[in-house]
Amino acid sequence: MTPTNTSLAETTQTGAAPLAAGFADPVHDAQGCFRAVMNAMARPATRQLIPAGGLKPPAPLTPVAAAIALTLIDYDTPVWLDKPLMSSEAVKQFLRFHTGAPIVSEPVEAAFALVSAPESMIPLASFNQGSLEYPDRSTTVILLGQTFSAGPAVMLEGPGIKDTALLTTGPVPPVFWDQVIANNRQFPRGIDLIFAGASEAAALPRSTRITPQEA
Amino acid sequence: MNDTAQIYDQGEYNFAYLDEQTKRMIRRAILKGIAIPGYQVPFASREMPMPYGWGTGGVQVTAAILGQDDCLKMIDQGSDDTTNAVSLRGFFEKTAGIRTTYETSEATVIQTRHRIPEKPLTEDQVLVFQVPIPEPLRFLEPRETETRKMHALEDYGLMHVKLYEDIAKNGHIATTYAYPVKVNDRYVMDPSPTPKFDNPKIDRMAALQLYGAGREKRIYAIPPYTKVKSLDFEDYPFEVQTFDKPCGLCGAENVYLDEVILDDKGGRMFVCSDSDHCEERRADGHLGPMAASPEAGQFGGQNAQETAR
Repeated sequence: MTPTNTSLAETTQTGAAPLAAGFADPVHDAQGCFRAVMNAMARPATRQLIPAGGLKPPAPLTPVAAAIALTLIDYDTPVWLDKPLMSSEAVKQFLRFHTGAPIVSEPVEAAFALVSAPESMIPLASFNQGSLEYPDRSTTVILLGQTFSAGPAVMLEGPGIKDTALLTTGPVPPVFWDQVIANNRQFPRGIDLIFAGASEAAALPRSTRITPQEA
Repeated sequence: MNDTAQIYDQGEYNFAYLDEQTKRMIRRAILKGIAIPGYQVPFASREMPMPYGWGTGGVQVTAAILGQDDCLKMIDQGSDDTTNAVSLRGFFEKTAGIRTTYETSEATVIQTRHRIPEKPLTEDQVLVFQVPIPEPLRFLEPRETETRKMHALEDYGLMHVKLYEDIAKNGHIATTYAYPVKVNDRYVMDPSPTPKFDNPKIDRMAALQLYGAGREKRIYAIPPYTKVKSLDFEDYPFEVQTFDKPCGLCGAENVYLDEVILDDKGGRMFVCSDSDHCEERRADGHLGPMAASPEAGQFGGQNAQETAR
């Protein structure tokens, strides 16, 4: 039996789809994606174009979220996945192969969390908040499938924002902004949020003060 | 075939020298630093092909953020053409093959040692600092466990005692560089050994500031438009250095000046520390009291032979 036949036979046996490719140019695609995320984190409420480098990750993982994952996640960073992602074997295989990150079931153990169904996400307080001595050890939570026109606007103030800025993003749970306000109150502890859209991303570091706007 | 050619024969460096896992680790630290302005994020600093003290921290930060389209400016004490700046610029030209510049306004990434350019930076620029000792409390409290707790509890009394002792001893706050600042009303931070003249520029700067300390393995950051206050007292407010003469070459006032010794008879001149700023002003026709008149031509000019004798 030739090697080709073997692999074909194995694919038929497991019925698995072939593994989706990673970045076409790992060095520069990751750099471009990082700079966009860095600018998003340094300037909350701004939307940065994420070069997804032609990624076609298995659903419910989105190209922008996959690009951010491949840019920031590796064997040093445990990852927590929400239910729809966790139940997809293809997603886990994709992340394991391309990043080597351990996938954990306890949100408090995660350095990064990927949330594909943000409207029903667990409370932000369930993630690692870091300690007063090491506030950098908290979880960074990445929300998938965001559209930046849906949902109520919130007003942002703080580092990275000249005066004030408005952020509109959704879907998020109804109590989400109250949780984000509570998250900011415990500064320097707290989680950082990245909102991954269809082609753009925005970020909300723990340092940003939030005032919900009347709809 | 010389040594360099032989190394090249074995293949090229990864873009900007560092391997991708190292870049990811540094990038994660940078994001945490931005999210917690002024907090020193520990990172797994690598050995670099240059000694500690030559900017290994700044180099690692620059290497992690640099892209193919970036234009890099490298300055040391304000100057583009001193040893440290020249060798680090050469390092990135060789390992990343990117465009470099002397012009502040042209650069997208500026790595600096001990100065901030005189020209205001824009939102599209990133300023990377080389930091020797990132911990502002280190000379007051040598134990890392203790300084970490002091930052956690926001207990900065010791730093105010130090500034008070300055006043008691000298009649004024005698700290002139690495002047401690409070970032976003929370963390006391060392702005690296820049002269305190530059502290007002850090406050609400439009550009993102990243600080890298290689030997001490710390990265910290100040996002754009962040409030940065130099520590002081109500009756002894923070002041910057002033100079009684303008720059000897370009006549600029309200800039930071370097002293240049001219001879062994006490001759000296004061010139802009920011060499690009000075050259730009001279190109615009500004002349200082000690600048050669434009008609004199090249340095040495007609009297070159005389000088040689």
